[in-house]
Amino acid sequence: MVQSPQPGQPDQRAWFRSMLVIRAFEDTVQQLFMQGLVVGTTHLCQGQEAVPVGAIGAMGADDYLTITYRGHGHALARGVDPEAAFAEMMGRETGLCKGRGGSMHFTDFSRGLIGAFAIVGAGLPVALGAAMSAKLRGTKQVALTFFGDGATNIGSFHEALNMASVWKAPVVFVCENNLYGEYSPLRSTTPVDDIAVRAASYAMPGIVVDGNDVQAVHEQTAAAIARARAGEGPTLLECKTYRYSGHSRTDPGKYRKPGELDAWKARDPIIRLGEMLAAEGIMSSDEQEALRQTVQGEIESAVARATAAPWPALEGIGRYVYAD
Amino acid sequence: MSTPTEVAATEITYRDAIRTALAAELRADPAVVFLGEDIGGAGGSFKTSEGLLEEFGPDRVIDTPISENGFVGAALGMAVTGMRPVVEIMFVDFLPSAGDAMINEIPKFRFMSGGQATVPLVIRAIGGATGHFGTQHSATGESWFQQMPGLLVATAGSPASAYGLLRAAIRCNDPVLLIEHKGMFARKELVDLDAPLPEVGKAAILRSGGDVTIVATLLMVERALQAADMLAAEGIEAEVIDLRWVAPLDIATIRESILRTDRLVIAEEQVHAGGWGATLISLLAQEGLPENSIPRAVSMPNYPIAFSPPLEDAAVPSADRIAEAARAVVRE
Ligand SMILES: Cc1ncc(C[n+]2csc(CCOP(=O)(O)OP(=O)(O)O)c2C)c(N)n1
Ligand SMILES: [Mg+2]
Repeated sequence: MVQSPQPGQPDQRAWFRSMLVIRAFEDTVQQLFMQGLVVGTTHLCQGQEAVPVGAIGAMGADDYLTITYRGHGHALARGVDPEAAFAEMMGRETGLCKGRGGSMHFTDFSRGLIGAFAIVGAGLPVALGAAMSAKLRGTKQVALTFFGDGATNIGSFHEALNMASVWKAPVVFVCENNLYGEYSPLRSTTPVDDIAVRAASYAMPGIVVDGNDVQAVHEQTAAAIARARAGEGPTLLECKTYRYSGHSRTDPGKYRKPGELDAWKARDPIIRLGEMLAAEGIMSSDEQEALRQTVQGEIESAVARATAAPWPALEGIGRYVYAD
Repeated sequence: MSTPTEVAATEITYRDAIRTALAAELRADPAVVFLGEDIGGAGGSFKTSEGLLEEFGPDRVIDTPISENGFVGAALGMAVTGMRPVVEIMFVDFLPSAGDAMINEIPKFRFMSGGQATVPLVIRAIGGATGHFGTQHSATGESWFQQMPGLLVATAGSPASAYGLLRAAIRCNDPVLLIEHKGMFARKELVDLDAPLPEVGKAAILRSGGDVTIVATLLMVERALQAADMLAAEGIEAEVIDLRWVAPLDIATIRESILRTDRLVIAEEQVHAGGWGATLISLLAQEGLPENSIPRAVSMPNYPIAFSPPLEDAAVPSADRIAEAARAVVRE
């Protein structure tokens, strides 16, 4: 078994495991969706695992984060139990949010995961508020907020970056630039290739990082978190990456350029880290394969337990609307 | 008269009531912070926060950029991480710019998380006509958000209400949208600053009468009371209820009144369709109330508020119109 890393410390073995968990989780969600066991909609993140794993690995245990509808990977990287995550997606009472939220709203206050937002851009102001709250309470906590390239065209992004800079809020804006917003290629909606340049308008550092390199994501996030914690203000971190599955549900991704998917798969973040671990003698490929199977087994048993979990009782339909 | 309560009461304006309530809560609880546009150095566009920056400093009285969705969303982030933010929206008409936070995020937040967090947050929004501010600065918006389970909506119909409701809203663990009426800032009345805080969700019967129930909010409360004076001179006793809470609607208090008067008049500074007045009539109708009369609503006409003073004046329900509706329902 791999031990969990010390918060904020680089731990390549833990990163590898965490990415395997996310990959196995998302692949399984895709199958369950096809089988009708997961209903509604899903937004998967295969191919992007290095961003949540690298960035969240750089966070302290008390720090806050907000994520999006494409947030399964972030929740798992933050330590959410796959069973609670599956149960949430299946609408069960044992789910992370008692089945009230579903796939797009993985929230876990016990881990500082203070919201997953299905409205594009909505998590940025909330993370800013959490960061300001930490600043006002003098706790030294920071907040990370994850969002896509498409989200940088909505007002919330600009409002949040502007306020964060004016207030020197301890927040890190992590943009996962996967080159598409739904079915629209980046340049058809956005006049720049590098989202990071948008930081200049808000007088904060804008940093481009290889989002398929977990080590690089970790280092840059750690640096941005250190800045934030030292009271030096926010950073915009752009992680260049790619999603293998469609935008959501059964989207086949017909809008992709020919060869694009394969080119990105050749830079797969899990394979890259695996090769590095083998080359440096940290984890042999046999060990990696064994771990992959262990993880697969854990995911399958999590699915089995979630599938057997009870539905919410109908009497509870009006709960959690108002404070108790 | 000299009951101890009245000795403790102070005559203050609606504006001072708001500022005094804010100051009291900022003083009472370090988790309370106040944010909005021009609230600090400038003391608020309507001067409802003069002196607060000086007393509480820039960490707790925070001037924001013109970013309604951003700072209302930020207030949500504060509310779920241990603070009790109060946000000022300079004009109700700017609430739609915070639409996502107001509709998708704040009301649903606790629910979507399966009860993991509460959202102790107050949004104060200043609304209402009669100031000749024109079409985009005169809405009361009091019913815009009545369809959002999870969000409470209150209206301040007098200085005492403004004081009590704001303090109660800040202490409430659910998000509250409090609408204030800009036409009332100079109104004065005796307010007992130490009175128990009003109950959340409870309407206030301001004048008792057995002939007709008039339910009103905001400026219409004052006009309903004026109408009741006129009616009394004609021998009609009107009961005037300040609804205070649009969500939740205090149907119990209204029902109890209608059971006595058997007549209902709504006085509202909003178009009737889709508002709290229409909702009240619908809820009561489903119970067969009033039994022997047809309810009437005195509302804004179905067009935008004009700038031109005579046009604006004609659109906002007057005490005369409210009295006329009451006479009609009593006569029939
Ligand atoms: C305000 C809003 N507009 C539109 C949508 C529909 N929508 C959901 S995801 C999405 C694309 C977002 O793209 P991006 O920010 O790049 O994130 P990605 O999905 O690529 O992770 C859109 C348009 C939405 N959820 N919210
Ligand atoms: Mg994208």
